[in-house]
Amino acid sequence: MKVFHFTEQPYFPTWNDHNGSLRVNLPNRKCDPKVAADNYHRWYDEWALADELGLDIMVNEHHATATCTSSACIVTLSILARETKRARLLVLGYPIGHRPDPLKAAEELSTIDVISRGRLEMGFVKGVPYEVAVANTNPVFLMDRFWEAHDFILKAMTSHDEPFNWEGEYFHYRHVNVWPRPYQEPHPPVWITTSSATQARNLGERGYVIATLGSGYGTKDLYDAYRQGYVAKRGKMPGADRLAYLGLVAVARDEAEARRRAELVAGYVRTSGIVHLPFRNPPGFLSADDNARLLKAGKPPARTFTKDGRAVDMRTGSVQDLIDAAIMFAGTPDQVYQQLVDFCDWVGGMGNLLMMAQAGFLTHADTVDSLNLFAKEVLPRLKEYKQPRGTAAAA
Amino acid sequence: MAVTVDEPVSTRTIGGIKVEIATSGQGKPLLFLHPEIGFDFVGPALDALAKTRRVTLPSHPGFGRSDVPRWMTTVDDLAYFYLDFLDELDLRDIAMVGVSMGAWLAAAIAIKSTERLSHLVLAGAVGIKAGDRETREIPDIFAMTEADYLATMFADPNAGKRDYTKMDEADLKVIARNREATARYAWSPYMHDPKLKRRLHRIRVPTLVLWGDRDKITTPEYGRAFAAEIPGARFETIEGAGHFPHVEQPAAFARKVLGFIGA
Repeated sequence: MKVFHFTEQPYFPTWNDHNGSLRVNLPNRKCDPKVAADNYHRWYDEWALADELGLDIMVNEHHATATCTSSACIVTLSILARETKRARLLVLGYPIGHRPDPLKAAEELSTIDVISRGRLEMGFVKGVPYEVAVANTNPVFLMDRFWEAHDFILKAMTSHDEPFNWEGEYFHYRHVNVWPRPYQEPHPPVWITTSSATQARNLGERGYVIATLGSGYGTKDLYDAYRQGYVAKRGKMPGADRLAYLGLVAVARDEAEARRRAELVAGYVRTSGIVHLPFRNPPGFLSADDNARLLKAGKPPARTFTKDGRAVDMRTGSVQDLIDAAIMFAGTPDQVYQQLVDFCDWVGGMGNLLMMAQAGFLTHADTVDSLNLFAKEVLPRLKEYKQPRGTAAAA
Repeated sequence: MAVTVDEPVSTRTIGGIKVEIATSGQGKPLLFLHPEIGFDFVGPALDALAKTRRVTLPSHPGFGRSDVPRWMTTVDDLAYFYLDFLDELDLRDIAMVGVSMGAWLAAAIAIKSTERLSHLVLAGAVGIKAGDRETREIPDIFAMTEADYLATMFADPNAGKRDYTKMDEADLKVIARNREATARYAWSPYMHDPKLKRRLHRIRVPTLVLWGDRDKITTPEYGRAFAAEIPGARFETIEGAGHFPHVEQPAAFARKVLGFIGA
């Protein structure tokens, strides 16, 4: 198993001072650039440590928010490409459906792949609903735009003999010729996130890495759909390296300390959804059928479940609820290892843990201690762990 | 939400696109181009207009129960669709009446051809950029809570209030489709076509620009700016109406429309 250290790079000083919305309309006056600078340098110190400890690294991107100050993931990747030595650098992800210019995206990602000598893992995401308000991309066509950007970027990264022409629905170019071309052949590995079974199957057919978050033990259904698509196209089961899961992790030598850290790390799921209501569901982001059901029910459907099918609300659940739903893995190194292995067994294999080991108010000292402990006492056992063979219903 | 009319809502395929059409009354033709809320609350205004006119009320592609092809993405696309629609139904001497987005659409049709039109009525029209680049003239309805939306859209917020949890899923799907279709055509540039203002001078049929005096979405000043671009256009307000005068003051709305276009 690969383990990627991840933090949303939160601007936590405003988490108790947001007037009901941490995203989109929280004025940036509340961001003190001197505090932000200290935070950024701290994140890079923690990533450098992760690199030394044998962990890999994940970065993401959100906009106009105090939950995540990574508004330009390319900047972060650029620094990491040079500052780290061995870690795989996963961006999960680059919101390519929102980008005005996918040629620029192809150039940026290729350059980072070259500077890092082929360490880029290239994650593309649709983006959470709140991103629409900031990017001003029409949500009705967001997925069409996403796939055209995807098709374009891959063609741009794999065309080496002459410039090509692109006159699509959303993007127009006359002479596409990306310098430098990517380090990895034919291109950096593609990862895509989803919470839909239809999309999971599609990703399986394409053989991309599927990543999910917040799906808890319901993740098995998504992985099954992925495996069905994979088997249908290739006639064999995917390796666990195709399956990724984002989990919050809190580890410490004794259980009480781990629970204290877990409460702090849980700050992420408790704040992530604090957004002015209308930005949570822009028109066309969901299908009309889904929106009709939403209006009828008057509230969103549960999406996080425990093994026995109990729905857990990530925003209000206790740390124990979050552990029960596999949103969080927390405890002593033994306990965390057991929880992770238990999850892998349940979902039929999972080869990439996207480990949110820092969130919210968890301090640098605590984060360093958690990372050290995880790397020394959990990671080696996860590397040894033999993944189960996933099951896939007949395709 | 289906409207109550004296003929059942029918469907018709025009240019490969299947649309639903409500028809009511007898007399010279009146084409009613609905706003972003589709057929919602249209009944009383429709009944009043249908007393002396034959009213045709289609759901625009993507709205209500009308299909929409993937390529149809702009109000301009809709306008060309409606030119085909008028040819296909062979309607002549039409009074074309649009509200809000429907008025934008009516203007987008009329700048292309007024051949089949006798009169144009634009009520609470969106569609032009009248002010400077840093002034959002039309409030962002997609950034509003339901309560804010109702308070902004209507003079009396209760006029638009509904308990969705008590409605049929089929009707709720229409509401969801209307919201999505509004975004499809009007997301960005938001609720306007930067070119429209420069083309309004081409409208050469008698035009009435009608405005709710309590319209907080597009102010009466915006309405006057709109009217000023159309040669000879008359501007009138309706008392006690917000952005959808046909919903809040259906009798006054119909009286003004019929008074202008003649029975």
